[in-house]
Amino acid sequence: MWSRRQGRLSTLACGVEELRCRRREREAALRKARREQQLVSKRLLREDAPEEAGGQSAAVLLGEAEVQQFLRLAQRGTDEKEREKALVSLRRGLQHPETQQTFIRLEGSMRTLVGLLTSNRALLQLEAARCLHELSHSEQSAVAEACLPATSYLLTYLSGHSSEFIELCLYTLGNLIVGESEAVRKQLLPQGIVPALVACIQSPHVAVLEALGYALSQLLQSKEAPEKIIPSLLDSSLLQHMLRLMQPGPKLNLGVAVEFAWCLHYIICSQVNNAMLLSHGALPTLAMLLLDMAGAAQRMDDAGLELQLACPVFRCLSNLLTEVPVEAMGEQMELRDERIVAALFILLQFFLQKQPTLLSEGLWLLNNLTANSPTLCTSLLSLDLIEPLLQLLPLSNVISVLVLTVLCNIVEKGPAYCQRLWPGTLLSCLLNTLVLSDIEVVGQSLELLQLLFLYQPEAAQAFLQQSGLQALERHQEETQLRDRILALQQTAIHG
Amino acid sequence: MLLPTALYSRLAGAPGAAEPLPVERNPAAGAAPFLFTPRLVRFPRDHEFFEDGDVQRHLYLQDMLTQVSETPEKSMVPEFTCQVAGCCQVFAALEDYQHHYHMSHGNTCSLCSRAFPSGHLLDVHILEWHDSLFQILAQRQDMYQCLVEGCPEKFRTSQDRKDHMVRLHLYPADFRFDKPKTNRGPAMPAAADPPARALKDDSDAMEICSEPAAPPPCRRTYSHSCLPGAIFHSCLDIGL
Repeated sequence: MWSRRQGRLSTLACGVEELRCRRREREAALRKARREQQLVSKRLLREDAPEEAGGQSAAVLLGEAEVQQFLRLAQRGTDEKEREKALVSLRRGLQHPETQQTFIRLEGSMRTLVGLLTSNRALLQLEAARCLHELSHSEQSAVAEACLPATSYLLTYLSGHSSEFIELCLYTLGNLIVGESEAVRKQLLPQGIVPALVACIQSPHVAVLEALGYALSQLLQSKEAPEKIIPSLLDSSLLQHMLRLMQPGPKLNLGVAVEFAWCLHYIICSQVNNAMLLSHGALPTLAMLLLDMAGAAQRMDDAGLELQLACPVFRCLSNLLTEVPVEAMGEQMELRDERIVAALFILLQFFLQKQPTLLSEGLWLLNNLTANSPTLCTSLLSLDLIEPLLQLLPLSNVISVLVLTVLCNIVEKGPAYCQRLWPGTLLSCLLNTLVLSDIEVVGQSLELLQLLFLYQPEAAQAFLQQSGLQALERHQEETQLRDRILALQQTAIHG
Repeated sequence: MLLPTALYSRLAGAPGAAEPLPVERNPAAGAAPFLFTPRLVRFPRDHEFFEDGDVQRHLYLQDMLTQVSETPEKSMVPEFTCQVAGCCQVFAALEDYQHHYHMSHGNTCSLCSRAFPSGHLLDVHILEWHDSLFQILAQRQDMYQCLVEGCPEKFRTSQDRKDHMVRLHLYPADFRFDKPKTNRGPAMPAAADPPARALKDDSDAMEICSEPAAPPPCRRTYSHSCLPGAIFHSCLDIGL
């Protein structure tokens, strides 16, 4: 759907700078909302349409009489085209929140709309569905609840064959699901939304699958999802279908994969039954997807969607790794394959250019891959990835801590590993991090130094020669660092 | 970040794991006052670590939904008529025709020409309306299956089924695809007969069949009472 409609994004009226400014505002609003735990709110999903002149269809405020008239015309008009036009006019009106209120307060209005939705006049059905879609955008829970009579039909139509109609039903359902009012979700589950989605996920239409992924991701974000939705989802065949749609290969559609990757992320975070995900091969699927994405990043294909996919895939892989029993780690070939670290670094470089905010999530994944894996630590060394890793140190405190942690993962495995790091730029990088004031960064540097001194005694020598002691001194008074600094000073001087 | 050039070819190469270097730990490593042990880190969904990624996701969704709400451009073509026997609807856009075809002719009962929104409902209809074996079996056992996909329940009568769907599945009592079977004739897509419309009450949607493309030779009539013998159902009824 993204690629289908991308060309029609209307950017003509705004200059590039204005767009950037607007985007920054949107980002700030979203950050604020997330901190207030409000990020799933519908209001934030649908931005207010910009009030530019000549906008595609300006929301029209309709009065009660007009709404009634359009409904009547749609229901009983003599000419097919007139009936359609009446619904189109109604739809334009319904983009306006006040018209939505007027509509739901009008007796019999939803009944009429549902009647049109279920009539056998195909074009009226479509327009009625579009009207319902407009209503689904409302942030007022009263409006969403007014749409409840339509949900059984929306679900029934998911098993149909008209892909455009199904797509619309799915986006409408997705919008209705999101929101403070639990009433819609409370109704959708007994009405069989999970089996309906299972039937629908077998559709060959990419646009339908993407819409399904969207609706499902909204369902999975609800607060009752771990308790009420995820168990029945895992009992159905939905998971297998989701993983199938995320398999790399010629049939992989990025827009679809993005939606299901987010669904998987919410499922994994809920921890309802991650063992089941493991037994269904989620790890190899995600690992293969990572390789595929790195290949695409290299070719600079479709950068936008690669970025959108990378984030949930990193999270899924990383969190799912924490669920693998320690004994089983070594058995997963995909997790020992050195191509996975190659892929991760290629992606990290890609993000460095396009989306630096994703670097920390990638490094978190690297930590989880290397912490208990001598194999992958060895791969990092043999593929010469230490230098590139060190280059990331100055970027931010969070990134520094992550890089240092990964280095600790390697160094703590013993002298064989440390020897491969020596000599090199590691020590001078550490001396640089010691100059910083962030306690966590300095603390992690101290941990690394201890390990390095232990397994590579020449490092202590070089440290002294490069004024390491002075670098340590500046943090001596810091409570959280004092003991470790003292210990390091002792080791450096006395060996 | 400068990556070694060999990395790219390694990615494209065969799967393979490195032979791990020998692990040899000293007990003093990570010992007090030091803290480090390698460990996997798990972040819960709402952790602030995920803030940036979540914000990007929402920006993406906002853009996506704005596009969904826009009316899609249609592939306009010279007007043509639906070729299905008896259906005379005219279309000027391919997407409209596609939707019409799926909704009105896609899952159509070959015996009575009623159309259904899904193959599942069509199957149930054929079973319950046209299968004489079903009628026989229904006298002795629960045969009316719940219409909600995935629900295994079966019932003795269609009324029991309806009660179940209303109570358990929160379906509307007047669910359109669960209307009782009556002895009306088959729903016929309009042929030469003048179209007639039956409107049971104001709030019901019109139940009309396809109309001829040519300007209809007769006036349309609305009636609140049943016209015996001349009623053409909504094509979407399903029932006992």
